[in-house]
Amino acid sequence: MSKMTGAEILIEMLKREKVEIIFGYPGGSLLPIFDKLYDADLKFVLTRHEQGAAHAADGYARASGKPGVCMATSGPGATNLVTGIATAYMDSVPMIAITGQVKTFLIGNDAFQEADVTGITRPITKHNYLVKDVRDLARVIKEAFHIATTGRPGPVVIDIPVDVQIHQTEFHYPKDAVIRGYNPTYMGHIGQIKRAAKAINTSKRPIIYAGGGIILSGAHKELYEFSTKTYIPVTTTLLGLGGFPETHKLSLGMLGMHGTVYANHAIMDSDLIIAIGSRFDDRVTGKIDEFAPHAKVIHIDIDPSSVSKNIKVDIPIVGDAKKILNELNKHVKKVDIQEWLDKIDTWKDKNPLRFQEDDKLRPQYVIREIYKATKGDAIITTEVGQNQMWAAQYYTYTKPRTFLSSGGLGTMGYGFPAAIGAQFAHPDKVVFDIAGDGSIQMNIQELATSVSNKLPVKIAIMNNGCLGMVRQWQELFYEKRYSYTRLQGCPDFVKLAESYGAVGIRVTKKSEVRSAIERALSIKNTVIMDFRVEKEENVFPMVPAGQAINRMIGGMA
Amino acid sequence: MRRIIGVLVENKFGVLAHVSGLFSARGFNITSLAVGETEDPTVSRMTIVVEGDERTLEQIKKQLNKLIDVIRIHDLTERNFIDRELVIVKVKVTSKNRQEVIKAIETVGAKVAHIGVEAVTIESAGDRNNIDTLLELLKPFGIKEVVRTGRIAIAVEDNK
Repeated sequence: MSKMTGAEILIEMLKREKVEIIFGYPGGSLLPIFDKLYDADLKFVLTRHEQGAAHAADGYARASGKPGVCMATSGPGATNLVTGIATAYMDSVPMIAITGQVKTFLIGNDAFQEADVTGITRPITKHNYLVKDVRDLARVIKEAFHIATTGRPGPVVIDIPVDVQIHQTEFHYPKDAVIRGYNPTYMGHIGQIKRAAKAINTSKRPIIYAGGGIILSGAHKELYEFSTKTYIPVTTTLLGLGGFPETHKLSLGMLGMHGTVYANHAIMDSDLIIAIGSRFDDRVTGKIDEFAPHAKVIHIDIDPSSVSKNIKVDIPIVGDAKKILNELNKHVKKVDIQEWLDKIDTWKDKNPLRFQEDDKLRPQYVIREIYKATKGDAIITTEVGQNQMWAAQYYTYTKPRTFLSSGGLGTMGYGFPAAIGAQFAHPDKVVFDIAGDGSIQMNIQELATSVSNKLPVKIAIMNNGCLGMVRQWQELFYEKRYSYTRLQGCPDFVKLAESYGAVGIRVTKKSEVRSAIERALSIKNTVIMDFRVEKEENVFPMVPAGQAINRMIGGMA
Repeated sequence: MRRIIGVLVENKFGVLAHVSGLFSARGFNITSLAVGETEDPTVSRMTIVVEGDERTLEQIKKQLNKLIDVIRIHDLTERNFIDRELVIVKVKVTSKNRQEVIKAIETVGAKVAHIGVEAVTIESAGDRNNIDTLLELLKPFGIKEVVRTGRIAIAVEDNK
C-alpha cells in the first residue's frame, strides 16, 4: 500500500466522513493541508476572521443537522476560534475544529504562533486531541466525528502539528470508532417510560417543556404526536423554537425570562412537567426555589449530567428524545384536562404577546413583517440581545432548524456568520439574520465572505443606536444610568454594504417596512436592511433576574 | 461529606488535565488525588477524595463519566473498601530526645526512613486514622515537613 502524508489522510478522512464544506482561514501551520485543499474535491470557504469560520460551521450544522467543520492555523488562528467553539459547546452543536500546531519538537517552547490549544479548549469541547504521531491521525479523525455527532453532540478539536501533516504513513480506513469510555445511552429504560406514562395519564395540570434536544434528535414529529395525542400543551425554550409548530393551539410559545405570560404561568401552576431535551437553565427557571412548586418532573435527556443538576427530577429517562417519545407515545392517551386547558386559554386571551401598534417604526413590527413576507419559511439567525428576543417572540416558528441562535453562551456576532453557514446548507432558502447595530459590528467583516460567495443572505439591523438589552437593564434596574451603552460612531450601514458590493436599504418609516422587505427578498445578493427603530423600545414581558418566572413585568393585563 | 471515588481512565497524556480541569471548571473541591498504572498498562486508576453534599457528588460522578477518557467510576464510599496513604514526616530532634521519638513512632507501627543530626525522617503507610494518630504523636516534637501521597483505595468483598 502506498504511503500518504498527514495532510492527505486528513482530506481523505473528511471525504469519507461525507464532509462537503469547510469554513476557515489559512496560516503557516496549515500550509501542508492547504496545499492539498488546493485541488481537493472539497468546498472551502475563506472567511475574513476565524471566529466567522467557527460560527459559519455552527450555522451550517444547526441548519443541516450535519457536523460543521472549521479550520484555523496555530496560535491566534486557533484562539480566534475559541468563542465559536464555546458557542457550539453550550448549545450542543456537532462541530469539528481543525487547528494547525507548531512542529511537535517545538511544542511547549513558546514558538512563533504557538498556543496550548488543547489546554485552552478543554473546558469548551466535548473532547479534544493533539495528534503527535501521523499513525494516529486517521483513528483520531474517525473518533472525533463519532464523538461530535453522537450522544449529546458537541464540538471536538483536532490539533495537528505541521510535521504530522507532512509525515507519511500507510493509510488504513478505520471502519468504526472504538472508545471504551464512551457509550451514550439511546434507548430509554422501559420501566421508567411506563412510570412516566402513568404519571402523564393521571396528571391534572401537565405541561411539556421542550428544548433544543428535540431538534438535535429530530424528534419534532414524535413530539407533535405526543402533544396532540395527550392534548398536553407545549412550551419551548429558545433553542427549542421550531420543535413544535407555534401556529398550533397547544403551543404556548417560549417560556422563561422573555417568555410568554401564559407559558410562564402554566409551568408555574403545573402539577407535571415533562421536560424533553431541555436543561432547566437559569433563564428558564428564574428563582429556582420558587420554580413550579407543585410539579412532579419527568426529564427526558440524553445527558445524564443534565438530570437533577438544577432541579430535582422525579422520573428521569436517559436516552434519545426521538426513541423515547416513540415508545412513550404507545403508552399515553388523551388526558382529561379540559379545565386546565381552559385556564391556559384565559391566560392566553388576557396576556397575548403584544407591542404598541402606533405609527412609529418598532422592531417587533419589523420582525412580524419579515415573518409575513417570508410566509414563515425563512431560516432566521439572530445576534444576541433585544434583537434575539424579539426574533424569538415575533417570528412564528413551525419547523425545526429554522431558528439559529446562540442560546447558552449568548454570543454577540453569531448571527451573521451563522447565516452564511445556513445559506450554504440551504442555498434555495431565505436566510435572515436579525441583528442589532451593536452585534452586527462584531463580525461585520464577513460581508466579504457573503458577497464573494454570492450569498443572498439578508441582514435586518434593528438599529436603535445603543446596546439595547444592557440599556434596558440600566433603565429598569440602574436608574437610567446609561453607562457605555450608547453606540456612537456607527457606520452608515447602507454605504458600508455598498462598499463591500452588497446592497444597503435604509428604512425609517413604518409604512416602508413591507415593501423594503419585499425588495430585499427580490435581490439575489447580500442585503443589509438598516431599520431605524424606536430607540427606547424594551423587550417585554420580562422576568427580572433572580425572580420567580411568574413575576413578570410588562405585557401583563 | 467526604467521599472516595475510584476512576479508571485511559493511560494517555492529557487525561489528568481533563480530570483536574473538570474539577476546577465546575468548582468542585479535591481533597486528594492519587494516580498510577493498573494491572492493564493502557489503564490508569485515579483515587479521588472529594468533599461535597450529595448533589455535588452526584454531579461530580456524572461529569466524570462524561469525559471520553474516563472508562469507569466506582464510588467506593458506597462499598466495602480498604484505603492506604503513605506519609513521610521530618521531625526536629536533639541528641536528647532522638531515642524518645524513635521509640514513640515504633509503638504506632511507623518506620524510621532516615536519621540525621537535627532531624529524623519517618515513613508510615496506613489508613487515615493511622496517619492522623502518627501526626498527633509527632506534633509535640516539632514537625518540620509532611509529605503525603493522598489516599488510594480498593474495593474488597463484604465480610459476612
